Amino acid sequence: MALNINVKLCKGCGICVEYCPTNVLALDEIGKVYIKNISECIYCGRCEIRCPDFAIMLTDDTEKTGRGDNK
Amino acid sequence: MASTEKYLRKTALPHIWCPGCGNGVVLSAIVRAIDKMGLDQNKTVVVSGIGCSSRASTYLDFNTIHTAHGRALTFATGIKLANPELNVIVITGDGDATAIGGNHFIHAARRNIDLTTVIFNNSIYGMTGGQSSPATPINSLSTTAPYGQFERPFDIPALAIASGATYVARGTAFHTEMLTNLIAKGIENKGFSVIDAITQCPIAYGRRNKLRTASAMLKWQQDNSVRIEDSKKMSPKDLEGKMIIGELYKSEAPEYTALYDDLIKRVQGGSK
Ligand SMILES: Cc1ncc(C[n+]2csc(CCOP(=O)(O)OP(=O)(O)O)c2C)c(N)n1
Ligand code: SF4
Ligand code: SF4
Ligand code: SF4
Repeated sequence: MALNINVKLCKGCGICVEYCPTNVLALDEIGKVYIKNISECIYCGRCEIRCPDFAIMLTDDTEKTGRGDNK
Repeated sequence: MASTEKYLRKTALPHIWCPGCGNGVVLSAIVRAIDKMGLDQNKTVVVSGIGCSSRASTYLDFNTIHTAHGRALTFATGIKLANPELNVIVITGDGDATAIGGNHFIHAARRNIDLTTVIFNNSIYGMTGGQSSPATPINSLSTTAPYGQFERPFDIPALAIASGATYVARGTAFHTEMLTNLIAKGIENKGFSVIDAITQCPIAYGRRNKLRTASAMLKWQQDNSVRIEDSKKMSPKDLEGKMIIGELYKSEAPEYTALYDDLIKRVQGGSK
């Protein structure tokens, strides 16, 4: 499992940060989401389901963990 | 969930909606419901009206049509009648569906035509900057109710039930999984289905109504909704001001396109 963030789609609403149960996510200085501590991620998918912008996806591809363009 | 990505027109993203707007959450619930029901992408049509919410059809990779304000159900009725084999999903706002489109709404329900209508109910006219809609709650502030809304709002599910819809549910953008399941059941119903999807508009509604962030609005949805099963154990006083969510109504009635087919057979003596 991997968590993939498409920065271009993130609008910085903070919903995923608020609803992540293990405090994995945060907003950076320009208000885009980033992964603060992936080791805490339980891959519950709440961020993906709550994100209004399709900016976070859980994928099977472990290579993808991080902040990419999700292409 | 990569499995739902195929239903999105990814080149059309990012969408036009404001940060934290619940429309994207409802859209993703629709996509997951369609995936759950295994609908054929080529035999599914998404019809929307006009409004922020109605932009949703732009982002969905089905046969889509973005119509005129209030008229999504009229186009959808024509499409379903022309080819009853198609799955037709209607995306509309609370203003689109119950103000300018209110007459179409009650008659589509009366006919029990097999359409699944998802109302993105954000309590306001979002696209035009925050005028009251027929779903604006009493005492809310809007640009057309600067001293507070004094008109009574529609209870949209009650309107749908009274008009003849055979599946009526209410969900919220907070209860994402429930919303997905309610939409899936609406698709399953062979008749007119209405899903009143309560969603947040932090910009045109929230900012004026002391709900400044999307998270605050989601919390409001959580705190003010009661599942139908739980509501049965509660007193009317405890239910005051609460939204009842879940499957609210289900019944059986003849479906419009089937009746129309029967009529053709009867009048033409069996040949079509
Ligand atoms: C015939 C017509 N009248 C008025 C308008 C202006 N108009 C555009 S969207 C809208 C209301 C949208 O509210 P709603 O349906 O609740 O959708 P939302 O934007 O909140 O998602 C109005 C009045 C229009 N486009 N066409
Ligand atoms: S998958 Fe769950 S734990 Fe991981 S970042 Fe998303 S919400 Fe947090
Ligand atoms: S919920 Fe989506 S758009 Fe909002 S901050 Fe998180 S990733 Fe960005
Ligand atoms: S005005 Fe409201 S409904 Fe329209 S996109 Fe912005 S937040 Fe969403």
